[in-house]
Amino acid sequence: MRRWKGVLRTPLGLAATALTIGVLVLAVVAPILWTDEANAVDTSDILAGPSADHWAGTDNLGRDIFYRTLVATRLSVELALSATIIAVVAGLVLGTAAFLLGRRSGRLVSAGINIAVAFPGILLALFFAVIFGVGATGAVFAIGLAGAPGFGRLVQTLVAGIGSRDFVAAARVAGVGRVRILFRHVLPNISEPLVVNATISAGSALLAFAGLSFLGLGVQQPRYDWGRLLMDGISSIYVNPAAALAPGTAVLVAGLAFNLFGESVAKALGVGVVGGIPALPRVPAAPEAEEVAAEVHHQHDDVVLDVRDLEVTFPGPRGPIRPVRGITFAVRRGEAVGIVGESGSGKSLTALAVSRLVGDPGRVDASRLELLGTDLRASDSRAQRRLLGTSLSMVFQDPMTSFNPTLRMGGQLAEVARHHQGMDKKAALERAVDRLRSVRITEPQHRAHQYPHEFSGGMRQRAMIGMGLMGSPALIVADEPTTALDVTVQQQVLDLLAAIREAEDVALVLISHDVTVVGEVCDRVLVMYAGKIVEDLPAGDLATEARHPYTRALVAAVPDMDTDLDEPLAVIPGRPVDPADVPLGCAYAARCPLATDRCRAEQPPLETDAAGRRVACWHAGEPIDVEIRDREDVYEEVEAS
Amino acid sequence: MSTLVFDDVTVQYGHTTAVDGVSLTVPAGQVVGLVGESGSGKSTLARAAVGLAPMQGGRILLDGAPVPTRGRNRPLQMVFQDPYSSLDPRMSIGESVAEAMPRGASRAERRAEVERLLELVHLDPARAGVRPSEMSGGQRQRVALARALAGRPAVVIADEITSALDVSIQGAVLNLVRELQRELGLSMLFISHNLAVVRYVATHVAVMHHGRIVEEGPTAQVLATPDHDYTRELLAAVPGTKPQTGTPR
Repeated sequence: MRRWKGVLRTPLGLAATALTIGVLVLAVVAPILWTDEANAVDTSDILAGPSADHWAGTDNLGRDIFYRTLVATRLSVELALSATIIAVVAGLVLGTAAFLLGRRSGRLVSAGINIAVAFPGILLALFFAVIFGVGATGAVFAIGLAGAPGFGRLVQTLVAGIGSRDFVAAARVAGVGRVRILFRHVLPNISEPLVVNATISAGSALLAFAGLSFLGLGVQQPRYDWGRLLMDGISSIYVNPAAALAPGTAVLVAGLAFNLFGESVAKALGVGVVGGIPALPRVPAAPEAEEVAAEVHHQHDDVVLDVRDLEVTFPGPRGPIRPVRGITFAVRRGEAVGIVGESGSGKSLTALAVSRLVGDPGRVDASRLELLGTDLRASDSRAQRRLLGTSLSMVFQDPMTSFNPTLRMGGQLAEVARHHQGMDKKAALERAVDRLRSVRITEPQHRAHQYPHEFSGGMRQRAMIGMGLMGSPALIVADEPTTALDVTVQQQVLDLLAAIREAEDVALVLISHDVTVVGEVCDRVLVMYAGKIVEDLPAGDLATEARHPYTRALVAAVPDMDTDLDEPLAVIPGRPVDPADVPLGCAYAARCPLATDRCRAEQPPLETDAAGRRVACWHAGEPIDVEIRDREDVYEEVEAS
Repeated sequence: MSTLVFDDVTVQYGHTTAVDGVSLTVPAGQVVGLVGESGSGKSTLARAAVGLAPMQGGRILLDGAPVPTRGRNRPLQMVFQDPYSSLDPRMSIGESVAEAMPRGASRAERRAEVERLLELVHLDPARAGVRPSEMSGGQRQRVALARALAGRPAVVIADEITSALDVSIQGAVLNLVRELQRELGLSMLFISHNLAVVRYVATHVAVMHHGRIVEEGPTAQVLATPDHDYTRELLAAVPGTKPQTGTPR
């Protein structure tokens, strides 16, 4: 309901709503108030022009056209709505038939709808008008049935979309009948687009009616609607233009009202209203001790990527949301750094921010963001694009959506070299074939001429990595590169990344929610929670030396091939922090077995120890009582929510 | 307790054979893990059992009689992979659970049963009126489990029920599955591509590859001494088996 109220938030929506309500109110009250005036015959004053007594003049019986137009609102709207109801009901029957009848009969119905949709609506309307006879009833059926196929097609598509969802399958497995599923699960979930479309088609029906009546196929004397008035008015247009203009304007206004109202509702339901980002008070003030330490630590090393106080902000309905809240790290040449965390921890946004891929309305802030010494915060320049294009390569989770399905693989890889390195077509294609070979794609010559859909998931992911190797990257950023892949293929991709890193001395930032994947591939692991780094440690220390309770819980939560089968698995109680509602102190405190009052009040700083490991916890390394945790997790999620 | 038997089951989509003459037994009160990569036919086999995929050959028997795939009484229930799509966003979780219950109960009885089921999956019964959108993925998967149990099934099929969840939540759901299975004595077909998860939950394991079962046996035995090349490949691919301990995703 709240979303429906969003309609009123735009000026257009407000105007359309007011107009629609106005038309509907007029339809109800006009005949009650003004029927006598509209029907008053005054033979002494026929076919008169506009005057103070008759604002739009009079017709051939001396009746007031202005009042007649007002009174005609009811019949016009009534007929339009009846026709719409017929279209909606017939459309619903047609559109849901495929779902109810099963595959074979459903196909027949769809074919029927498709053929009917191909006929122009006005042709169908004329056809039905002939069948049902000239008159209001005939016209209602004609326009209603002419609109049915289009509505049926819409319903069918929407039903098919919902029908393939698992909750429909679940209801079927539970033994719920098809009709019941349709009314309980399918129709409620498609009601919004249907209502919107019905409103818009009411506007169209109104216009169509005016058209039919105007042609003499609709309302007959002595009844009158706007189309009828228009027809009468047109004959005397040179004597009294207002006689045609008044009903014409009414048709226009009412038609616009319905259409705009429908559009506004669609917009309000479909897209959330998002304002700009107000200027934020920037928090990172005094350089902390750890930052100074990091400075010393990075300076004499060969730093590829240097990130300080990185923040990513999005506008939200109740003020800005900051999913990444100031993180600092550096990646050296040839180093593999893993970033782990739950969904919503900000790990993927960190990767996107580094690659300058955070689009509007997101905003990236940092006190330093450098790739190979070049400031990435500067505005978009050719040199910067070239640096990003050749020195940094991104690997995404879903390799299917990362390639253009209509272009050959070889050409897509070659484009990188042609664009950024100025190679000619032949040389670029040769390099593409060579790169495909380097990512262990067999028959690269042949494969380069194939399209993405001819590659398997694992091959596409390797080709994606190959694309990143077209330049001479210093850094590969891989965001969940194996999550969409099977276990066996996952291992191949991880091995490939490791091999490339070794062969070409490329740095790697690997982002994953699976601490074991990161632990296997990386040298160093950054653990993120609620948009901050909570621990930074060598991967080899994960299993035994992790000090932050969250890191330890992540490691313990994953069953492995040696997990004790008699014990319940360790779980992390509660749920991840909502980026829109980050608590005051340590964000993990609510789920942490070690949390004290200090944790809930004061945010622990990320402190660096002598070995260069970092951890942000007031109770780092303190032993955790396993017994207590196991008992708590019985009602874990209930308590948290 | 009931025994579920797949007897020479074949499922074809057009010209592709998704499941090719599979015979598999889920013994009464036991958990059988079914592993294999995507496209190996394991989900199709499950969908065939509950009547969501058409069978071209073979039989699926429950205690010797064909599994009913029509009508209200369904002794076979399924929990789906994605808890974000398996609950109707317009219905409260209580309604979703109640829908799967056998007919004929009074309103008060149904409410009591919903409360009992939510309690069973460690959700607060007072939250029965909540919509799925207000719940986390793990909580939704608990609701999906409660719904499957509402039909008082003899056998439950769990199709990759943890793979859409974060690792931090996965453990809690797996603990719950083990607990429910033991308390209720359910027979269960547990489908997963994750060998470490299957090892934790299942007493028997069957390995599926290209629509066929290539190896099956007691979990400990199959994992310790795999016979088929593909099983060995799967085992080798479990990340973390080399330097650290871990699990595949």
